[in-house]
Amino acid sequence: MSDRYIARSTEIAARILGGEMMIMSAVDSTFFTLNEVATAVWQAADGRTPLSEIVVRAVCDQFEVDPEVARADVDAFVDELSRHGILLVSDRPFDNASSGPGEAA
Amino acid sequence: MSLIEEMNQRALELGVPLGVHLDVTYRCNERCVHCYLDHEDHGELTTSEIKDVLNQLADAGTFFLTLSGGEVLMRRDFFEILEHARKLQFNVRIKTNGVMIHEAEAQRMRALGVEQVQISVYSHRPAVHDAITKLPGSLKRSVDAIRFIKSQGLKVTIANVLMTANTGDHAGVQALARELGATYTLDPTITPKMDGDTSILNLRIPGAELESVFHNEALVGNVEEFCAPPPTPGDDVLDGYPCSAGHTAAYITPYGDVFPCVQFPLPSGNVRRQRFLDIWRNSPELNEVRSIHAKDLPVCSTCSHVGTCTRCPGLAYMEGSMRGPSTADCEKSFRRTGIPSANMLRKAGAHARVPLVQIQSLTL
Ligand code: SF4
Ligand code: SF4
Repeated sequence: MSDRYIARSTEIAARILGGEMMIMSAVDSTFFTLNEVATAVWQAADGRTPLSEIVVRAVCDQFEVDPEVARADVDAFVDELSRHGILLVSDRPFDNASSGPGEAA
Repeated sequence: MSLIEEMNQRALELGVPLGVHLDVTYRCNERCVHCYLDHEDHGELTTSEIKDVLNQLADAGTFFLTLSGGEVLMRRDFFEILEHARKLQFNVRIKTNGVMIHEAEAQRMRALGVEQVQISVYSHRPAVHDAITKLPGSLKRSVDAIRFIKSQGLKVTIANVLMTANTGDHAGVQALARELGATYTLDPTITPKMDGDTSILNLRIPGAELESVFHNEALVGNVEEFCAPPPTPGDDVLDGYPCSAGHTAAYITPYGDVFPCVQFPLPSGNVRRQRFLDIWRNSPELNEVRSIHAKDLPVCSTCSHVGTCTRCPGLAYMEGSMRGPSTADCEKSFRRTGIPSANMLRKAGAHARVPLVQIQSLTL
């Protein structure tokens, strides 16, 4: 699969509580909590770093997870959050890091 | 337990002020007859002071931020404040009368990712609404604002405070909310003025009217369930806390004073003199509020309603003791279930020669 880029939507609220990220979408008021691993991916979603690199740096290196398993889990997580408009996904880097879609969106 | 309840529980355990209500001004362009505020500006926090407070709240873990007033848009820097709050990724709810919201303001709120806007509507009839706000044309302007905000795809809640002047209009306001696609909430609570003046309490709707509100399916849903006699309170109830005030929630005035809640004006510190987190963690007042369990309430702990009552410790405080009963909530519990509160029985006992008119009238 060609690489993907992920950026945090501007239409969400987010805060860490006891190590877990709480996220609420302003669009449909859906409320999520992310576990530690997902929180690390979320924080790395700067719109510029390729997802494959995020998986290595934010997940495999930090949590000792097998790269293939991690990649599959992160892909599923990214798809789920993008369905709710919480993460923006593109096959090109975003213009404005973590502040929403640029031309690529 | 829902996810949000779980987060609340975790915030309680970790001592995190998850929800903060910040009034950015007490100035207002309406002069509502029931308002508890002094609208003069006595030295509001500056833009940079507010931004600094918001930074501190984000660091303290606050997630839900309510921006309110007064009228928030009386501050020319309101959108600058809002923008800063959203940069810090708060979930922002705005309370406003909507009078100054047109298409451009609604668009800006949408672009900044506001979660919802609450607008006060007192009646569907302009004459009644405008007589309460004392601003001619205000109903039309508030309704126009709701339309502008809704057309941006934002959520709107219509808050309908019920008082003597608009007692019969809740059905009309509810129909208006439906037509506008807004959520409707009804609030029969009139609170004393911040300076302790209780004269506006005579605007509270009479008990019999409260009773009919509580038995109205359109307002409360399942009446049988809502008005059911309270179950015998167990240890979990008596060991529990009254509400979120001071536990996971706090209130900050436009002058930087910190209270446990907007309806609980217990001075607990000021962000101009201390860091917010210092106040939150170390204020003796907030720690006193936190130390009170239901079993420590001398009257309420003996009351059959204690587990289901909406008892507000802030209203109790304004009545004289944060450990005491809140008469307005006694009245609500009584009108809802027909069962007198411990406070009513105590007062009746203290005035034994006075017939229990209040209580007898209810069984009619
Ligand atoms: S019960 Fe009163 S003090 Fe507690 S959160 Fe509600 S309004 Fe505030
Ligand atoms: S009904 Fe009155 S006495 Fe009973 S718990 Fe509520 S506030 Fe306290």
